[in-house]
Amino acid sequence: MITFELTKEQTLIQKTAKEFASGELKDIARDCDEHDEIPKKLLDKAWEMGLANAAVPETYGGIGMQRSAMTSALICEELGYGCASLAAAIMAPSTFIQPLVDFGTEEQKKRYLPTYGQDKFAPAAAALHESHFTFDVTDMRTTARQEGGHWVLNGVKRLVPFGQTAQHFLVLAKSGDRTGLAHVGAFIVPRDAKGLTVESAPEKTMGLKPVPKAKITLDNVAVPMADRLGAGKGIDGRRLINTLRVANSALCVGLAKAVLDASVPYAKQRVAFGEPIAKRQAIAFKLSEMHSEIEAMRWLVWKAASQLDQNGDATKATTLAQHYANKNCVLIADNGVQIFGGHGYIRDLPLEMWMRNARTLTVLEGIVAA
Amino acid sequence: MVDFTFNAKEQEIIREIRREGLVLRKYARYYDEHEEELPPDEFPEAKEFAHIDKMAADRGADATSPTAFYMCMLMHRTWGDMMRMKVPFTALGNASVTAAGTDEQKKRWAKTRLSMANTEPGCGSDSKAIETTAELDGDEWVLNGEKIFVTTGIRAEGSVIWATIDKSAGRGGIKAFVVMKGTPGFELVKKEKKMGIRSSDTAAFVLKNCRVPKENLLGMDPTVKKGGGGFKGLMKTFNLTRPGVAAMGIGNIMACQEFVAEEMAKEGVAVDYEAGQHKRSAIQQKMIELEAELEAATLCTLRAGWLADKGKPNNLEASVSKQKGGDISRRGAQLALEILGAMGSTHDQLVEKWFRDARITDIYEGTGEIQRLVIARELLNYTSKDLT
Repeated sequence: MITFELTKEQTLIQKTAKEFASGELKDIARDCDEHDEIPKKLLDKAWEMGLANAAVPETYGGIGMQRSAMTSALICEELGYGCASLAAAIMAPSTFIQPLVDFGTEEQKKRYLPTYGQDKFAPAAAALHESHFTFDVTDMRTTARQEGGHWVLNGVKRLVPFGQTAQHFLVLAKSGDRTGLAHVGAFIVPRDAKGLTVESAPEKTMGLKPVPKAKITLDNVAVPMADRLGAGKGIDGRRLINTLRVANSALCVGLAKAVLDASVPYAKQRVAFGEPIAKRQAIAFKLSEMHSEIEAMRWLVWKAASQLDQNGDATKATTLAQHYANKNCVLIADNGVQIFGGHGYIRDLPLEMWMRNARTLTVLEGIVAA
Repeated sequence: MVDFTFNAKEQEIIREIRREGLVLRKYARYYDEHEEELPPDEFPEAKEFAHIDKMAADRGADATSPTAFYMCMLMHRTWGDMMRMKVPFTALGNASVTAAGTDEQKKRWAKTRLSMANTEPGCGSDSKAIETTAELDGDEWVLNGEKIFVTTGIRAEGSVIWATIDKSAGRGGIKAFVVMKGTPGFELVKKEKKMGIRSSDTAAFVLKNCRVPKENLLGMDPTVKKGGGGFKGLMKTFNLTRPGVAAMGIGNIMACQEFVAEEMAKEGVAVDYEAGQHKRSAIQQKMIELEAELEAATLCTLRAGWLADKGKPNNLEASVSKQKGGDISRRGAQLALEILGAMGSTHDQLVEKWFRDARITDIYEGTGEIQRLVIARELLNYTSKDLT
C-alpha cells in the first residue's frame, strides 16, 4: 500500500526534534561555526532527550525505543534544518551505537552499550573515511586480516568525529580480499588499543566546522575475535552503510529546507528596481524549484528508509536517494547564497555557512549520522 | 506507516496493464506514421483486458488510496503507449461540465463526449486573454472566434468553448458554452499535425456567428463575476489533471529507462549501485541520474494523488508533480537517447517515438513555467497579480 502516513509515534518524534532544533540549534549555530566549538550543555541536552541514543535497550541503561531508519530520517531532517553541523555532532555517536544495537552480539551489547545509555553525552564514532580522493567504501584501504587468533587492522582513517575524545571507535575496514558493501567489516576498537594513534590537532574543514574531527592511524592493531562487530557471524555491511547514508541524506533535506525558508521572506522583503525581487521570475522560479526538489529529496529518502525498515535490500533506493539529496542540497544551498547576493556571502547571515556545510556534508559518504 | 510497496492484487493489476501495453505497442508505430487515421475507440483485443478496471475497484483492505493508485495505473498504461486500448467515453470537456455545469446540464451531456476548447492562436497559458466572444441575442448565445489545439476535437461529438461575455471584466467575464458539431457556424478547420502523441487527435475550430441555445451556457449564470467566476471552475479541474498528465509523461520515461537498461544489459554494461562514484562510467552515472529523477517525479505524483484522497489541499503538490513530470519527460528522454547513441533515433524500436511523445508533458495542462509560477505564488503568498 503506497502511503505517506507517519505513525503517531513518528509524528511525535518529528515534533520533538523540530522543537529542539528551533529552540536549541538555530540561534547558536553561527557562534559554534565561528569558534569551532559546541557547548557541552547542548550535547548533554540532546542526549537527555535520547535523540542519538534512544535505541540503547533498557537492560543496558537506555530508553529502548524502537529505532527505525524512518525515525532516524525524521530526526535528521529536523536537526539538519536547525543546523547541519550541530546535528552531525549530536548524531555522530549514533554511528557507533546504532550498528551495535543492530548487529552486536549480546556479549558486545552488554560490554559496550551501558556507557552510551546514560543521559550524559558520551563521544564515540564510526571511523570510515580515508585520505585518498578515490576513497570507495566498497574497496577500502584500511584492512583487517585474521592472524594468530586476532583481527589485525592497518590503515589511516580521517575526519573521525570526536576522534580526540571518543572512548571507542567502530573502525570500518575491508576484511579479506573481496570488495563490495557486503564485505565491509566493522571492528570495535578502544582508544587505548596498542598501535592506535589519534592525532591531537583536530582536522580543519570548510564545513561542519564545530564537529571535532581526527586523523587516526592503525598500525597492526590487534582486535580480539570477539570484538569484530557481530563476532563470528560478522555484519550485513550493506545494511550498515545504507543506514548511514539514508540518515546523511535526511540531514541534506533539512539543510535545504532551512535555505528555502530563509530565502522566501528575504526575497519578499528585498527591493530592487522598485519591487521585491520575489516578483521577478528569475528569483521566483529558483524558489519554486527549491521547493519541488526538497519535496522530491524527502520522498526518495523516505522510500529508502522504509525499504530498510522492511528488511529488504535497499542499496539501489539508497544510492538514488543519496545521489538526489546530495546533488540538490548543494544546488539549493548555492542558490540560497545567490538569492541573498552579497548578504549571502557575508558571515553575518547563515547562507554562506549553509553552503559550506552542504558541500562538506555531501562528500562525507555518511559518517555523521545513523 | 510510510510504505511504498503494492499489495499482491495491485501488483497483479500492474502486470495486466503492462500485458495490455505490450499489445498496444504493436499498433504504436502504425498510428504514429498514419496521423491522419483515428485509432479505433476500441481495439479488438480490448475484451481481453476488460477485467482490469474491475480488479482496480477491489484491491483489498491494504490497498493504496484510489487517486494515488489511479496515477500508478496511468503511468503503467502509458508505459505501453499514449494510445488507449479503449478510449475513455469522456474527454476534458466533460470534466468542465462536471465542474461548472448545473445538475440538469450534467444529466443532459452525461453520455456525450465533449472536448474542451480553450487555447487560441493568440493565447495559451494566459487563459484570461481569450478573445472568442459570446453575445446574448434573444434566447441564443452568438459565438465568434478561433480555437486551436483542441484535444479529442475530431473524435468528440461537441466541444466546451470558453469565451468572454465581457472582455473588460477579464477572468470574471469568461464563460463556457457547449457547442455540438453540426451547429451552423461551428467549423472544423483542420486536424493539427504534431511532433508526437499523434494517435491523440487535435483540432482547430472557427466560430462564425455560431448560435447556441441559452441553456448551453455551463452553470446557466450569465452575470459577470468579480475575481474568477467560471474561470475558477476551469482551474479547479487542474488539481487532478496535472498529476495525471505528469503520470503519463512518467510512464513514457519509464518505458525509455527500462528499454535502455535492457540494451545496456545485453552489452554487458550493468549499473553497480554499490560501487564508489570513481568506478562508474559516464553511462552508468547517467543511468543513475535518470533513475533518480524518474523516482523523484513518480513519488511527487503519488504524493499529490495521496493528498487528494486524504481530502487535503493539493494545489501546490499538483503543480510540483506536473513540474517534475515535465522535467523528467524532457531530461529523461534526452538521457535515454544520449545513452543509446545513434541507434536510439532509428525506427528499429520505439524510444525515438517516446522521446517525441514525452515532450508534450512540459507544455500541455500548464507549461513548466506556469507550474513554477503557481508554486512560487503559494510559497510567497502572492496572488496572480503580484507575480506574473
